[in-house]
Amino acid sequence: MTTAVAGAIPDLEARLAPIVEKYRGKEGVAIPLLADVQREVGYVAEEAVNYVSSQLAIPAAELFGVATFYAMFRFRPQGKHVIRLCRGTACHVQGSGRVAEQIERSLGIKDGETTEDLMFTLQYVACLGCCSLAPVMLVGTEVHGRLTPEKAVGVLEELRKR
Amino acid sequence: MNKTTVTIGLASCGVASGGLPVAEELEKLLAGREDVEIKKVGCIGYCYMEPLVSVIRDGKSYTYGKVDVEVLRRVVDEHVNKNSIVKEHLILTGSEASPGGGAENETEKGSENPRADKQVRIVLRNSGLIDPKNIDEYIARDGYRGLSRAVKEMTRDDAIKEVLDSGLRGRGGAGFPTGMKWRFARDAKAGQSNASNPNGVDKYMVCNADEGDPGAFMDRSVLESDPHSVIEGMAIGAYSVGASHGVIYCRAEYPMAIQHVNIALDQARERGFLGKSILGDPDFDFDVYVKEGAGAFVCGEETALIASIEGQRGMPRPRPPFPANSGVWKKPTNINNVETYANVPWILLHGASAFNQYGHGRSKGTKVFALAGKIKKGGLAEVPMGMPLREVIYDIAGGIENDRKFKAVQLGGPSGGCVPEHLLDTPVDYESINATGAIMGSGGMVVMDEDTCVVDVARFFLAFVQKESCGKCPFCRIGTKRMLEILEKITRGEGVLEDIDKLSSLAGQIKDGSLCGLGQTAPNPVQTTLKYFRDEYIAHIVDKKCPAKVCAPLIHYSIDASRCIGCTRCTKACPVSAITGTVKTPHRIDDDVCVRCGLCKKNCPVSCISVD
Repeated sequence: MTTAVAGAIPDLEARLAPIVEKYRGKEGVAIPLLADVQREVGYVAEEAVNYVSSQLAIPAAELFGVATFYAMFRFRPQGKHVIRLCRGTACHVQGSGRVAEQIERSLGIKDGETTEDLMFTLQYVACLGCCSLAPVMLVGTEVHGRLTPEKAVGVLEELRKR
Repeated sequence: MNKTTVTIGLASCGVASGGLPVAEELEKLLAGREDVEIKKVGCIGYCYMEPLVSVIRDGKSYTYGKVDVEVLRRVVDEHVNKNSIVKEHLILTGSEASPGGGAENETEKGSENPRADKQVRIVLRNSGLIDPKNIDEYIARDGYRGLSRAVKEMTRDDAIKEVLDSGLRGRGGAGFPTGMKWRFARDAKAGQSNASNPNGVDKYMVCNADEGDPGAFMDRSVLESDPHSVIEGMAIGAYSVGASHGVIYCRAEYPMAIQHVNIALDQARERGFLGKSILGDPDFDFDVYVKEGAGAFVCGEETALIASIEGQRGMPRPRPPFPANSGVWKKPTNINNVETYANVPWILLHGASAFNQYGHGRSKGTKVFALAGKIKKGGLAEVPMGMPLREVIYDIAGGIENDRKFKAVQLGGPSGGCVPEHLLDTPVDYESINATGAIMGSGGMVVMDEDTCVVDVARFFLAFVQKESCGKCPFCRIGTKRMLEILEKITRGEGVLEDIDKLSSLAGQIKDGSLCGLGQTAPNPVQTTLKYFRDEYIAHIVDKKCPAKVCAPLIHYSIDASRCIGCTRCTKACPVSAITGTVKTPHRIDDDVCVRCGLCKKNCPVSCISVD
C-alpha cells in the first residue's frame, strides 16, 4: 500500500492556495487538482491532500482513492533524475527485461523506488510510443533508444558524474 | 528556380531520434534565405529512418533518412544549394503531395518501394506533410471542407447516412459501425433544458485518445502530426448527433500530442470551426476541450473513460444504459477513438463509395498499423483492409531483422493474440483476425522471431493486465493473478502438465465473469499461445527447457574451456562476478551466481560462451 511520507513541507498552505482557488466550486476536479498538487509539491503529500480536502470540502479519502488508482500519482519525493524505462511489448521482445535487471542491480533499487542519495528514481512505464527505437528509456526528458544493459548503465554513470 | 521547401519530421519519434539539434542546424544554415522555406512537420511513419528531412522542389519530394547534423550540412550544401541529390542518404522520392506512400513513381534506395506503394493513406493523409501547428496548411489540403459540406449541404441524418454507408467501423478495437453509434446518440433523448442549455441540446462527443496498448502509437502520431483531422471529425459527429460539448481524453504520457491539439483547438475557434453558430448554422454550437488521462489502461473502456472524465476512479460499470443514452454527466454521449474520427472528414469530402471501395468483407477502408518488434522497418503504415498479414510484415515492414526466422505476430496488444506462421495469409479485417483468436485491436503489430519465447510473452501480457485490472470483478482481479502465478511457475521451470488445463479453465472463467473488455480479453494472449505454441509450453514444463533461450531459470551459460583464451573480458563484463579465472587460463561460470544477462557472451572475442 502506498502511504504518504510525513514531513514538514515549507509554506505549504501559501503554495497550495492558488490551486485551491482554481478549483473552488467546480465538479469532477480530483484528477487535475491532484496533478497540480503533485506539480507544486513534487509528490502527492498527505498533508497537502488534507489541506486541499478541507479547503474544498472534498473528502480526503476520495482524493486518495483517485490518486492511488492512476499511475501518474506518486506518494514519495522523487530523485533528481527520473528514469522511465519502457516495459511495453516492443521493448520487451527487444530485451528490456535484461536492461531492467541490470539497472536494478546497478542502482540497488526496484521499480518505483528512489536511491538513498535521491539521485535516481526508477519507474517502469507501459509504452513511450517510440517502439522502433526499442528498448527505450526516458531519463528526465531525454530519450535513450536501442539500449543494451551496458549502454543503459553507462548513461546513468555519466549522469552521476555530472 | 522555384521556391524550395525543406521539411523536418519533429513528432515524438523524430525528436527521440535526435531531430531537434538537426532542426536547429537547419535553421542556422538557412537563416535569411528567402528562396527556401523550413517546415516542421509530423511523422510520415518511417520511424526506423528518423530523423527525416525532405527537400521539396518543383513538385517533387526527396526524403533523406537518418539525418544527423553532418548529413544535413551535405543535403543543404549539395541538394538545396547545388541541386545535386545526396544519393547515399536518399530513402524516398515522390510527388510533393504524398512522400509517405500511395503515390506513383516512388523508389526506395536499392529497390522498388513496396512500403510506399502498398499504402493507402486516408487517416495519415496529412501526416508528415503539413505543419501541425498551422491551420492554413490543413485548410490548403481540403481541411474543414468535409465539415463544410456536412453543415451546408446535408441534413444531420444525411451526414450520419454517409458515415453509415461508408462502412466505417470503430478503429479502437471493437469494430462497431460508427454510423450506427452516431444514430443511437442522435436518437437519444436530449438532456434536460436548463439555463445554460435553453434548447435542451446537451450531448457529448468524446474522443478516446487514451492509447494504452503498449505497442500501438498511431493515435499519438495522428494527434501530433494532424490534430485538425480529429477535431474536424468530432465536429462533423457533433453536427450529426446534435452534440454541443466535445472532450478529447488524452494520455498525459503524450505531452506533444496534447500541446498540438490545444494549439489546433485555439486556431479552429478563431476560424469559426468551433464555437457558436459554426459555419453560419445558428443551431450548431460545439466546442472541445482536452482532458488529460492520468495513466490507467482500463480507461480505454468507454464507461471507465467517462468515470475518469468526471474525475473519479476509472472503473467500468455495467451497460445498459449505454453511453449513447447516459454518458458523461449522464448526458447522451458518443465515443470514438482518434483514428475513427480522422477518417470522417475524408469520408464526408469524398463520399461513402470512395471509402468503401477499399476493404474486404464487412471491413471497409484502411487500417493504420504500428509496426514494431523484430522487423527491419518499424513505424506506421496505413493499408487497405484485407491485405494479408504476410504482405504487411514482409513487404511493408521489410521482414524479420537479421534475417531470423518468423515465429508469431502479436496483434491487438494485451487483449489480442499471437498469430503463427501458417496463418500469415489471414487478411487484415475484423472478422478474419477474430477467427485466429487475436483481435484487430487498435492496430499494434509486434513481430516476434525464433529468439522470442511465446510463454514469456504470454506472461508479460498477463502481468500487464493483472497490474491494470481495476479490481471490480473478482474473476479479473483474482483470476488473472492466479494465471500469472501459473505462468511464472512455468517460466521458472516448476510447471506441471495440469497447469495447462488450469490455465485454460481460468481463461474461460475470466472471460465469462468480467464486466468489461479488459477482463473479457485478458486471457487472449494465453489462449492463442496455448493453441498455436503448445509445444513450447510442454518444453518448459516437461523438458525444463526454454527453446528460445529467454526464460532465465531454464538456461545456462557455459565457457568452452578448449577455446577460451583467458582474455578476462567476460570477467570484467559480468555484473555479478560469476566468472572466475586468471589471465590466459580458461575461465569458468558459476551457474548459481550467474543472472543470465548475456553480457559475457556479447563481450567474448572468440565466441566460446554458449547458452543452452
